[in-house]
Amino acid sequence: MADVDVTQELPIPVERPRPVASGPLAWLRANLFNSIPNTILTIAALYLLAVIIPPVIRWALVDATWHGQTGRACSAGGACWAFIAEKGRFILFGRFPYQEHWRPLFAVVIFIAMIVASCDRRLWGRRLAVLWLAGLIAVGVLMWGGIFGMTYVDTSLWNGLPLTLILATFGMVFAFPLAILLALGRRSRLPAVRAICVGYIELVRGVPLVTLLFMASVMLPLFLPTGMTIDKLLRIQVAFALFAAAYLAEIVRGGLQAIPRGQFEAADSLGLGYWRRTRLIVLPQALAMVIPPLVNQFIGTFKGTSFVIIIGLFDLLGAANSALTDTNWQGGFYIEAYVLTAAIYFTFCFFMSRYSQMLEREFNKSRQR
Amino acid sequence: MATQTAIAPRPARPPPWHDARIRGIAYQILFVAVVAAFVAFLVHNTLVNLRRQNIASGFGFLDREAAFGIGESLIAYSPADTYARAFLVGLLNTLYVSALGIVLATVLGTVIGIARLSSNWLIRKLAQVYVETFRNIPLPLQLFSWWAMFRASAPAPRQAWELLPGILVSNRGFVYPVPTADPVHHWMLLALVVGIAGAIGLSRWSKRRQALTGAQFPTGWVGAALILGLPLLVFLAAGMPLHLDWPELKGFNFVGGGAVSPEFAALLIGLTVYTGSFIAEIVRAGVLAVSWGQSEAASALGLKPGQRMRLIVLPQALRVIIPPMTSEYLSLTKNSSLAVAIGYPDLVSIAGTTMNQTGQAVEGIAMIMAVYLAISLLISLFMNLYNRAVALVER
Repeated sequence: MADVDVTQELPIPVERPRPVASGPLAWLRANLFNSIPNTILTIAALYLLAVIIPPVIRWALVDATWHGQTGRACSAGGACWAFIAEKGRFILFGRFPYQEHWRPLFAVVIFIAMIVASCDRRLWGRRLAVLWLAGLIAVGVLMWGGIFGMTYVDTSLWNGLPLTLILATFGMVFAFPLAILLALGRRSRLPAVRAICVGYIELVRGVPLVTLLFMASVMLPLFLPTGMTIDKLLRIQVAFALFAAAYLAEIVRGGLQAIPRGQFEAADSLGLGYWRRTRLIVLPQALAMVIPPLVNQFIGTFKGTSFVIIIGLFDLLGAANSALTDTNWQGGFYIEAYVLTAAIYFTFCFFMSRYSQMLEREFNKSRQR
Repeated sequence: MATQTAIAPRPARPPPWHDARIRGIAYQILFVAVVAAFVAFLVHNTLVNLRRQNIASGFGFLDREAAFGIGESLIAYSPADTYARAFLVGLLNTLYVSALGIVLATVLGTVIGIARLSSNWLIRKLAQVYVETFRNIPLPLQLFSWWAMFRASAPAPRQAWELLPGILVSNRGFVYPVPTADPVHHWMLLALVVGIAGAIGLSRWSKRRQALTGAQFPTGWVGAALILGLPLLVFLAAGMPLHLDWPELKGFNFVGGGAVSPEFAALLIGLTVYTGSFIAEIVRAGVLAVSWGQSEAASALGLKPGQRMRLIVLPQALRVIIPPMTSEYLSLTKNSSLAVAIGYPDLVSIAGTTMNQTGQAVEGIAMIMAVYLAISLLISLFMNLYNRAVALVER
């Protein structure tokens, strides 16, 4: 019984589908040369690539200078990677005391570890918040020093990549509670509260970040009581947080608006007051819904930190610009410095945006069936 | 029973501290009072500090002589002019670069967005590389790179690169030939206006005819022929009076022709390329949001691919595209304030110089904010009107 060949019992021969054209040639025809306009486009694009790529490779690799102590070493006409080899550390950490560079390096590692850990959804929740708090405190201790035998380093010497990461993450962390309050205020039934929140959000979103940074550096000292001064970095940090809060508030509001009415009514019928309803029922659902745009906003804030160059703070871009003024390296190695800087920014932003796209797909999966 | 009547009747109204309405009013009074007190504290400090530094507040400084030069201006300006005029120069420069940037970024973004949907693998990938690269690098860095390219890496005028005949790039910016004025050009302009009016009339007539008889008319081709053909006809009839004013190398720089400064070129290209990468994604998402069934239905009705795009897909995609596009336009305008980083005299950079010279920081920042808020509101208003025009008309 078990040996019976079932196929022999079938009266009609099984018709196999015609083999689909496959292989590289078929792929080329289907994807590059499937019509006359596409063929023309392909040839034009290939020509463009043939014109652009070889000189770039020649500049970046063949004619490049890899070693040297000063700009005079770079006379081959190609890229001067010796500049990066010599000044790369300055671009990354700026004027932070040279002997202590392990401290900002460690801070950067902590930041990257925290960002990577935040991508793991199993950690989301209270544990992640504790992790971030501990991480930020560790970063503060490392950068400031003054204890554990580390020398004190003034905030004006916090330069380069650590400054970029500090401005972005602290900005978001400070902005987040304010953003939630603003979003709740904008959705409030109390007209005076709503008006003030709407006014704040629209005012901040209506003006350029550059203006707010100007305000923090020029005007904020005027706002304070006579004799009181605030550290410049802290002022800029506050400006960043206030700026990010307005944009975050709109994202959170989007989440709040997406909560069905029934949830509010159910909370009311359970006898929960406004704050308990918000904390236990509304916010957990609203915030979970807006995580992908929150990640996008973080990317925006990260890129936005480079605006501080306008008021003379040495973030990654500022440190790169300042490295270019070195008298040992005259000759304007702009491209080399900017390629390094762009590569660092790109790596951070690209992976975060990929992550946010992945999250978006995951989140939509549960909603579609 | 008697025991039931013994229960005291509930008071008709709860005590005032349990009344939601009264509590709401109390909260609001408290909130407004706190905010007002905070603002009053800041204003008081500011006034005290200003008095201590002997800075007169108010906008009186606007009438004083500015005494600083401005590299580029759309209107006549000299250092002897007032601060008010300097502000106006900055405002016009901001509006000029933003308006050009918005148009160019829209064109570039739309082309790239459609290229990302192309059936051609190579074009699709190139568009994707473009979007991912320029979206993930901060704008200030891009601006510095363009600026360095034009200012530091481009050759001196003597060895200028010739992109096209007459269009030269050097570290002094772009120079290009411009046609010298000729009376015939006014007639060509008139012919252009007549052509556009004719094309609009033609399109109305053909729509009415199609509604009545169903017969179609190649409006697009004939309209284009009218708009381009009439001025060309005038040009040919007048004997082609074209005299180009070519840029010439005299001494260390070019004389004659039109010129674009490296700062302006870097700012415009940077804004266009950066915002274009965002617009490309918006356009792509908009076209993808139109369900495939719509295209199939259009094909089933016998519409050609061009008509399908123009009549069915695009109008529906626009509804998805316009709201995010508005915010891109707004952010481009606000980002134009980065001009201050590369030295293009926009509103913020001129206001910054003014604040440094006069110490009127509060007034200067208030003016910048007021201008940007007004621009933002205007763009939002305009785009909302347009949005209403293309929005889905429901019963």
